[in-house]
Amino acid sequence: MEMEKFSYDNNIVRKFIIATVVFGVIGMLVGLTAALQLVLPELNAGISWLTFGRIRPLHTNAVIFAFVGNGIFAGVYYSMQRLLKTRMWSDLLSNINFWGWQLIILSAVITLPMGYTTSKEYAELEWPIDIGIALIWVVFGLNMLMTIVKRRERHIYVAIWFYIATFVTVAILHIFNSFELPISFMKSYSWYAGVQDALVQWWYGHNAVAFFLTTPYLGLMYYFVPKAANRPVYSYRLSIIHFWALIFIYIWAGPHHLLYTSLPDWAQSLGVVFSIMLIAPSWGGMLNGLLTLRGAWDKVRDSAVLKFMVVAITAYGMSTFEGPMMSLKSVNAISHFTDWTIAHVHIGGLGWNGFLTFGMLYFLIPKMWDTKLHSTKLANFHFWIGTLGIIFYAIPLYWAGFTQSLMWKEFTDDGFLAYPNFLETVTQILPMYAMRAFGGTLYIIGVLVMVYNLMATAKSGNFIKNEAAEAPALEPNYKPHAGEYWHRVLERKPMVLTILAVVAVSIGGLIEIVPTALIKSNIPTISSVKPYTPLELEGRDLYIREGCNNCHSQMIRPFRSETERYGEYSKAGEFVYDHPFLWGSKRTGPDLAREGGAKLRKPNSWHYNHMLDPTTMSPGSIMPPYPWLIEDELDISQTADKISAMRTLGVPYPEGYEEQALIDLGAQASEIAGDLADGGIEVHPSREIIALIAYLQRLGRDIETDDLVTNE
Amino acid sequence: METIVGIEIYPLISFVIFFSFFIGLFAYVLLMRKGHIEELENLPLNENE
Repeated sequence: MEMEKFSYDNNIVRKFIIATVVFGVIGMLVGLTAALQLVLPELNAGISWLTFGRIRPLHTNAVIFAFVGNGIFAGVYYSMQRLLKTRMWSDLLSNINFWGWQLIILSAVITLPMGYTTSKEYAELEWPIDIGIALIWVVFGLNMLMTIVKRRERHIYVAIWFYIATFVTVAILHIFNSFELPISFMKSYSWYAGVQDALVQWWYGHNAVAFFLTTPYLGLMYYFVPKAANRPVYSYRLSIIHFWALIFIYIWAGPHHLLYTSLPDWAQSLGVVFSIMLIAPSWGGMLNGLLTLRGAWDKVRDSAVLKFMVVAITAYGMSTFEGPMMSLKSVNAISHFTDWTIAHVHIGGLGWNGFLTFGMLYFLIPKMWDTKLHSTKLANFHFWIGTLGIIFYAIPLYWAGFTQSLMWKEFTDDGFLAYPNFLETVTQILPMYAMRAFGGTLYIIGVLVMVYNLMATAKSGNFIKNEAAEAPALEPNYKPHAGEYWHRVLERKPMVLTILAVVAVSIGGLIEIVPTALIKSNIPTISSVKPYTPLELEGRDLYIREGCNNCHSQMIRPFRSETERYGEYSKAGEFVYDHPFLWGSKRTGPDLAREGGAKLRKPNSWHYNHMLDPTTMSPGSIMPPYPWLIEDELDISQTADKISAMRTLGVPYPEGYEEQALIDLGAQASEIAGDLADGGIEVHPSREIIALIAYLQRLGRDIETDDLVTNE
Repeated sequence: METIVGIEIYPLISFVIFFSFFIGLFAYVLLMRKGHIEELENLPLNENE
């Protein structure tokens, strides 16, 4: 067979590597800032852009989509060309992929601190950026699939299966979770409401973890671990089972984020069952990765690359065992809404994604710059300080999670809550928050050392922009061996594989989401639940803008410890007009679902003073002050559009209510301002704070009427 | 729509599909020729570099 000469595009890999490192450092520093703000709330310096509620989404988006995202592209572009023995199909598409992705990140860095957010976790970016993400993702997928089509290697290695599954599933998740009705440029409402919105969001959120943080990195594991250890994967057979079982099962597990919520029980149970089943493929994959080193563990002593990879795979094993455990309802009752979840995701984030990325970088840069690593000592230092950083990060947070949860649930002998003031359970864990920030600092120091080490390495070598290679072309008239039919279907037909992957991941999503959307009995309506008034709706949008849902849940679970503290547990029918849902996933502050209800209701002046400076009303509070809400005028230019958008989405505002909306809004605002004036607080009714107070006072009032009628 | 008619059969169908898919997958994997496996697992290592 005649050899064809071609070259691998290292330049695109270099670009993605630089972006990975730059955004890794930025994303982690933002995370450290957010962590420090929990101990020192004044750290935002009174600037709205820097409040926890706005930079927490910036941190999660930066590390997931900018750090890990660029890491995925770097690893995929490097490994795919070599596994398929061809250059990427189109250098132009590769570059559009790169620059488009960086543009999306830039727009996130600008818009999230400004408060442009959909409030849906890891999908906070507003609709114009969502469209950009979809386009760039398709560019990536097209370039990948076409590269597979014009490959010179007949067999498609399992790593590439993982890449394909990543591409198709992330596309499906992103599109379905981003259905939203634009009101204006940078403002939209989720197409779904309440329980359905929550289900779609966590179907997305869980699978963003599965198909953005896990499957592409498993692909990278299956390529880079054998490369670094210079031996094939432990069991290729196991990798096939691993792949199909993982993508089949993962997609079902989303509802485990909604245990004990108003989600129908059957959906919760499905989520639990599939989460437990996930242990099998996850651990199969982990063992496959670790056992690749069997008989070669001595290499780990000498290779920083392998050290990082071993800890990464171990962290993968730990978090994929812990995840299913947290999906058990009895465990979830303790872990949910606490820092346990934060610790859990950071074992995955810092350990699995972070360390595998670092291992990959230490492997790639000497290779691509044709030199040796500048300093093995520094790489080892990075490894140890990074590992210590993970430990110092996670242990205090586990401790904080257990402590707080137990305090929430503790009753006195007389049957009263032992800690009726939520704040007591927060101040108790502040030392753990401080230690967590220390752990994060150690981790970042390690990363900075790596940056120096890698730059010095690159400087000492010569970058190979286009790496020359040669391979024979595929025989056009290949005759498969007898009995090879299935091999051919699965391993050599990328499109068949792609379609099968789509089928595998679609089933779970469809079975969970469609019945919730179609069958009325899943969401019993409550006749006393009415749409928000225009002022409350505007207040709700401020709640979203400030990211209140990052620290406050609106979901009272059916536990005595919660109904004692907050009131009646939350019902599915209470959320039917909530586009988007605002259940939250973490209680750094108390639940607000019944903030305006009889049990918790506070005077308007309390809310005013609390937003101006939380510590005046709750001494020791770690909530930041929101003085701009009092200074800034509420933007009512879109109120009418918001009302008609809500009607389009099924909220029963009467026809033509747009005309009346602003009059009603003004009247309600004057009423609240008047009440505040009676208490000695002079504030103009046009201020934002008035709308926010209106919303907070509305929460939980719908079902307080005596004649509760449900339509089961 | 209030309910789905005949919903009881769905879990059974799902189980049968899942079960047979994975039985088939195991059979396929176990029956793969050793030489072929070796060829596949060495793909990352057989690069001309």
